[in-house]
Amino acid sequence: MPDGANSVLYVEGLKTVFKVRGGEVHAVNSVSFDLKPGELLGVVGESGSGKSVTMMSLLGLLPSPPAEVREGRVIFDGRDLLQCSPAELRAVRGLGVGFIFQDPMTSLNPVFTVGFQIMEPLRRHLGMNKEAARKRAQELLELVNIPDAAQRLGDYPHQFSGGMRQRVMIAIALACDPKVLIADEPTTALDVTIQAQILELIRELRQKLGMAIVWITHDLGVIAGIADRVIVMYGGQIVEQAPVGELFARPRHPYTRALLQTVPSVLGERAPKLKVIEGQPPMLTATPTACPFRPRCAQAFDRCARENPARRAVGRGHDVACFWDFDSNGPVAAAESAANA
Amino acid sequence: MFTFALRRFLIAIPTLLIISLAIFLLLEAAPGDPLGDVPLTVPPDVKEKMRAALGLDSPWFVRYFLWLKQFFWVEPLNLVDYIFGTDYAQGMQRVISFQSRQPVMQIIAQRVPQTLTVVGMSYLIGVSIALPIGIYSAYRQYSWFDQIGTLVSMIGFSVPTFFSGVVLIIVFGVKLQWFPSIYDTMHQVTDWESFLKQVRQMAMPVMVLSLYNAAQISRFMRSSMLDNLNQDYVRTARAKGLTETVVLLVHVLRNSLIPVVTVIALGVPTIFGGAIITEQVFKVNGLGQQLITSIHSNDMPMVMTLTFIFAILIVTFNLIADLLYGILDPRIRYD
Repeated sequence: MPDGANSVLYVEGLKTVFKVRGGEVHAVNSVSFDLKPGELLGVVGESGSGKSVTMMSLLGLLPSPPAEVREGRVIFDGRDLLQCSPAELRAVRGLGVGFIFQDPMTSLNPVFTVGFQIMEPLRRHLGMNKEAARKRAQELLELVNIPDAAQRLGDYPHQFSGGMRQRVMIAIALACDPKVLIADEPTTALDVTIQAQILELIRELRQKLGMAIVWITHDLGVIAGIADRVIVMYGGQIVEQAPVGELFARPRHPYTRALLQTVPSVLGERAPKLKVIEGQPPMLTATPTACPFRPRCAQAFDRCARENPARRAVGRGHDVACFWDFDSNGPVAAAESAANA
Repeated sequence: MFTFALRRFLIAIPTLLIISLAIFLLLEAAPGDPLGDVPLTVPPDVKEKMRAALGLDSPWFVRYFLWLKQFFWVEPLNLVDYIFGTDYAQGMQRVISFQSRQPVMQIIAQRVPQTLTVVGMSYLIGVSIALPIGIYSAYRQYSWFDQIGTLVSMIGFSVPTFFSGVVLIIVFGVKLQWFPSIYDTMHQVTDWESFLKQVRQMAMPVMVLSLYNAAQISRFMRSSMLDNLNQDYVRTARAKGLTETVVLLVHVLRNSLIPVVTVIALGVPTIFGGAIITEQVFKVNGLGQQLITSIHSNDMPMVMTLTFIFAILIVTFNLIADLLYGILDPRIRYD
């Protein structure tokens, strides 16, 4: 459960709905979490689980319409971002919160030089003049280990490789020294060696700059290697939250367990078939009133269809939204889960 | 870039030669006789002499090469002579109109200003209203502004100019009597009063043509903006905290303009040749109107020269569009 004190970002009861033809899609349902200073929070879940939408909702980056952030509070720097005017939000984007996106091939504007694109937030937020911004842009490129930084400022994105472009994106995101960096699947589009380099770079930058990071991914291997704490999302909800070691050692949600089982083992006999989680993730057309994972869950029982499980604490910093208790291998008592809700 | 431009320029020369041959042969193959209007009472041998006087007695290839020589050698020399007061041409045979027995280039030079003021102005106005409309329609897709814009451009694009022109004449010329329905080519702008008169007589043809141009270009602009508005880099720009104006008019517009600029550049040749019908409707004595009368009277040198000038313009602006593409889009490098 999130606690508001001394966190850089505190989200409570966030609810985002997409208006579509003939109804609504409830993409984010009562999501609450917090982010401690300097912490790296991993967010995992399959495609469509609401990971990206949650993070985009925080700073109004979703196109509206169709998206609508309906409820919740997002506390950053002592104020609720959801109550902020568009102009106030713009002042936070890029300055307080930096973003890195999935596909570095398309995330940079092809017709402007890399230098121009790095200098933009510097000039907008820090009011730097051209010269100061150029100097800072060069420093930033050096910070993300791009060789010949001074020359490369004048290059266009297509003159960079995928990995180098993602470094440029990181440089842009970090330009104004944000407190929070939101990385939306930043290594998904990169091949494995480049991915490793980017992860190394992020580790290094964390040590140097000490910003808090939200790292969205569906790659559990990446999470294991980099995160401090993990949030598992399913059907627009947080189904489990735990410190990274705890999550891999004692997963408490059937979905998390299933996810971990899908990772093929490199040791021992080769499995004849990769494990999959049968079925499809749900399309929620209304606020869920039952557990969204129920149709795909081996542990599901009648209560799962009646109510949506609330998150209950199962350890230090570890909570899970499930009625099944894997320690006793049976349903939790109705009273206990209600008390924790 | 320079080598590309040079290469394209060199390729343009054989292209244009082939085009000139094609035009010539087409005109040659077309039915009709420059002397068709000569009364039947004129005896055949006199007619034969008249034919010889026009140079029509020699075979087509002789006449073709003569035209080539006149167009590419004699006419430029005459232009140099005209500008610098020299005498390089030394009275060599120029391209002469069958109809008026006047050098074709002189007639064209007289007509170009009419066409440029009316058709050029309407292209300019059309483009400058189309771009903002396209940008805003895309930004507010499916808003009432966009819907009205779509409707108006559909009308502008699908209603032929000879119809919209006549409608305007009936409304503004006949009923309201605001604007004259016939363009006075001889009108000279000397003071404020005559300037206003010029504006009034230009109003209707310019309206018709700008509506047509704007309809087309605003649709291009809109769809190009829409293509780019959903791109990832737009989200990046917003995530940087840039204002919507900067996102739209710097990031999206710069990308969206690439194809639109090409369309605009390719449309420029039509300023010279494309407004034939509108010029007819409003009696603007421009190039298009000249082309029509020349075709009617089988004035081959005139038709040949005018058509070829349009071809040159089209080839030139194709080249310009390609070069602009390379300048606007850094991903395209011609080397």
